[in-house]
Amino acid sequence: MTEKSKGLTRRQLLKSSATTLAVGAAATAKAATVVGVPAWVPFDHNGPMHYDTPGWQFFTAAEASAVEAIVARLIPADDLSVSGKDAGCAVFIDRQLAGEYGTFSRLYMQGPFEKGTPMQGDQSELVPRQRYRLGLAGLEGYCQKQYQKSFSALAPEEQDKVLTGLDKGEIALDGIDAKLFFQQVLGNTMEGFFADPVYGGNRDMVSWKMIGFPGARYDYREYIGLHNQKLNLVPLSISGSSAWTKKG
Amino acid sequence: MAKKLPSTDVVVVGLGWAGSIIANELADEGLKIIGFERGPWRDTAADFNVASAADELRYNRRQDLMLRTRQNTTTIRNSVTETALPMRSWGSFHPGNGTGGAGNHWAGITFRFQPHEFRLHSYLTERYGKELSPELTLQDWGTDWEEMEPFYTKFDRLAGVSGKAGNIKGVIQEGGNTFEGARSEEYPNPPTEQTYAPVLFAEAAKNLGYKPFPVPSALVSRPYVNSLGVAMGPCTYCGFCTNYGCANYSKASAITTVLPVLIRKPNFTAMTNCEVLRVTMDSSGKRATGIVYMDSNGEEWEQPADLVVISAFIFENVRLMLLSGVGQPYDPVTNTGTTGRNYAYQTANSVRMFFDDKNFNPFIGGGAIGMGIDEFNNDNFDHSGLGFVGGGSTRVTPIGAAPIDSRPLPPGAPAWGSEWKKATVKNYASTMSIGCEASSYATRTNYLSLDPTYKDPHGRPLLRITFDFPENDRKMAAYVTGKVGEIAKSMNPRQMVPSAQTGHWNSSPYQSSHIVGGFIMGADPKNSSVNKYLQVWGVPNLFVVGSSAFPQNPGYNPTGTVAALAFKAADAIRTRYLKRPGEMISV
Ligand SMILES: Cc1cc2nc3c(=O)[nH]c(=O)nc-3n(C[C@H](O)[C@H](O)[C@H](O)COP(=O)(O)OP(=O)(O)OC[C@H]3O[C@@H](n4cnc5c(N)ncnc54)[C@H](O)[C@@H]3O)c2cc1C
Ligand code: SF4
Repeated sequence: MTEKSKGLTRRQLLKSSATTLAVGAAATAKAATVVGVPAWVPFDHNGPMHYDTPGWQFFTAAEASAVEAIVARLIPADDLSVSGKDAGCAVFIDRQLAGEYGTFSRLYMQGPFEKGTPMQGDQSELVPRQRYRLGLAGLEGYCQKQYQKSFSALAPEEQDKVLTGLDKGEIALDGIDAKLFFQQVLGNTMEGFFADPVYGGNRDMVSWKMIGFPGARYDYREYIGLHNQKLNLVPLSISGSSAWTKKG
Repeated sequence: MAKKLPSTDVVVVGLGWAGSIIANELADEGLKIIGFERGPWRDTAADFNVASAADELRYNRRQDLMLRTRQNTTTIRNSVTETALPMRSWGSFHPGNGTGGAGNHWAGITFRFQPHEFRLHSYLTERYGKELSPELTLQDWGTDWEEMEPFYTKFDRLAGVSGKAGNIKGVIQEGGNTFEGARSEEYPNPPTEQTYAPVLFAEAAKNLGYKPFPVPSALVSRPYVNSLGVAMGPCTYCGFCTNYGCANYSKASAITTVLPVLIRKPNFTAMTNCEVLRVTMDSSGKRATGIVYMDSNGEEWEQPADLVVISAFIFENVRLMLLSGVGQPYDPVTNTGTTGRNYAYQTANSVRMFFDDKNFNPFIGGGAIGMGIDEFNNDNFDHSGLGFVGGGSTRVTPIGAAPIDSRPLPPGAPAWGSEWKKATVKNYASTMSIGCEASSYATRTNYLSLDPTYKDPHGRPLLRITFDFPENDRKMAAYVTGKVGEIAKSMNPRQMVPSAQTGHWNSSPYQSSHIVGGFIMGADPKNSSVNKYLQVWGVPNLFVVGSSAFPQNPGYNPTGTVAALAFKAADAIRTRYLKRPGEMISV
């Protein structure tokens, strides 16, 4: 919720006992009929929205297949979980980039930009959308030169080799610092894998089931005294549990 | 040009803990008060819904409750020889925004400082004499324990603090913190329940001869009606606490304890989404005439007032003083000036333990659930011959374990791939950590000033932090972390990983929001900015309240003391200042 976009006047911003009561009265008068799952608007009072609209919102088709291939290696399918791709990590990243996070609209992004010391943190002038656009183009260039193929067409072992090279800074990319790009993708992939499924990743709460995290539960009074034992709690998402909507 | 509004009795800048407490106390005096807050109005029912509060991406990763750095941030450097650069996203600390301030997303650990802290310089000089390092610029607070205690008690009752007293009127109490100063009464609520990790720690500490106690908590342990008649619900140990708002009315914050009462008083008005730009002064520079603020349409207004209270958190307290020309800016080279002087932090240490055979259910907990010991804190142990002073609060506080950020791995484990996943699953529930939140002592070279390069959206300089951990504190960190390691070892983990703050201050990883100094209190205007009533030296109708007043930081969390100082300032205004308005309070 941006303060300015609401276009409030100074008068409306006055909060006194009188206006608070008036707001309360108006709110109760605004009745609404709700059918199905109510639509949430993220970052505006309550609740995240549902990200199940089809298609890519930020990535091109080629970028999307590269990102899907990357997240499938960062989080490979094995007997512990499905892959990062099947968990929805690429969809998560796409939706994050399409939204306000993609432009760092909350962050201080005024120059001059200087590298600074390691103690001064991330000083890059690139916002996430640019980091992905440049990084994926750089990756495509590198893979074409090295393997005459796109990243997504490489064998898994080759993909791991490239990712390791980026991680360690042994591979240089045109247009962006390879380590910065890798850390950006790794961080967002982990966010997608472990965040609430309402953001498009962590499908079916796969990561939560894997580690035994019960999710968006809000009352552990019955459990806090049960020490050193596995509780086997079924995880809950912000949007509930599939068990809630089962018929019959 | 700012348009001038009709005058009011009092303006209060910032409606976090400090501002809300003062505004409420002064409203009871019948004064007409306007409270300004740069962020939105926040309210549990509307903002922290039980269905959507448990959102790690939104609150922890995207920092939804915190001030947006685009609106205001600080620049940072480790020493005067470096160029300060802006903190572009919050790392080391997490400043708040909106009514309730950082009190909405704080952890709730509510300590009182010890009696000797308020005369720290005198006390340590008496005890260690020449051994005290000349590197440190420690100072007395100009007040004492007897003056502070009633106001700590007021805050305990307001916030419903849950704990076990260790010393009531000089009588030592079994099960409490025996190192605390004599308190006038027991905590208003009993301690919270505990998860497995703090209980295990407390057993180990006891076996080594230490005296563990429940961490004093502003997350209430049972239904509670506070001293203003506001009802709070019991904490449910949801584990979405630090960096989150509480949906249960359990975590004490100005929005759950003070503002519901204050906003209903006819002589109080809150102006939200209004950023105060400066304090206006008369031509003598000895009287504040009000403030100038900008509303959310970008329009500037001047609000005249007879009394001005600044409670905008340390960074903005100091910046507003520098921008308004109040006091003389501190210069570390000439060692002159007081505004920006004695900036200090908190020295965070820990020992992490990996087990094979334990299940801590780490997702259960809250910011101030836990057990602690105080044997290695402050001057609770003899420092003779150790080469440093200070110490830390040792404790295990399971704050919750939402997994984007809380996935402990032993050093050397891969960060991705199948082996990463195996290690993540293996260690998620079987890892715990003992923290030691330690003192941070002031030096001549750690200070706050205006940045020469970087500007806020209104074109005004950002605040610049010049800070690094002093030699004294690094030695202290190594020592206390060693002691904590002994306890950890006795618990027989598979592997333990100590982390002592012995390097440079790194602005990226979160350490704590316990930032202090820069507009410190004291008995002498030569080396302090406000007197013991938080009244600005030389500007009697201006009060600056917050952790900016701490001359240094002991090994405790600050908010109990911030709130006590707010009650103290309000009491001084009510019982002393208003009798002789416009004058410095003399006793
Ligand atoms: C994650 C976290 C955990 C913490 N845990 C603990 C803990 O366990 N124990 C403890 O003791 N402390 C803890 N703290 C610290 C605690 O939150 C602060 O000490 C406390 O909130 C300070 O209160 P305050 O009123 O001084 O400042 P704030 O709460 O910061 O309130 C200041 C208010 O002023 C407003 N403001 C600032 N500038 C302006 C301006 N120019 N114009 C108008 N309004 C302005 C701000 O928006 C804010 O609302 C924690 C903090 C954080 C962030
Ligand atoms: S742990 Fe307790 S106080 Fe903290 S948010 Fe959850 S219910 Fe509220």
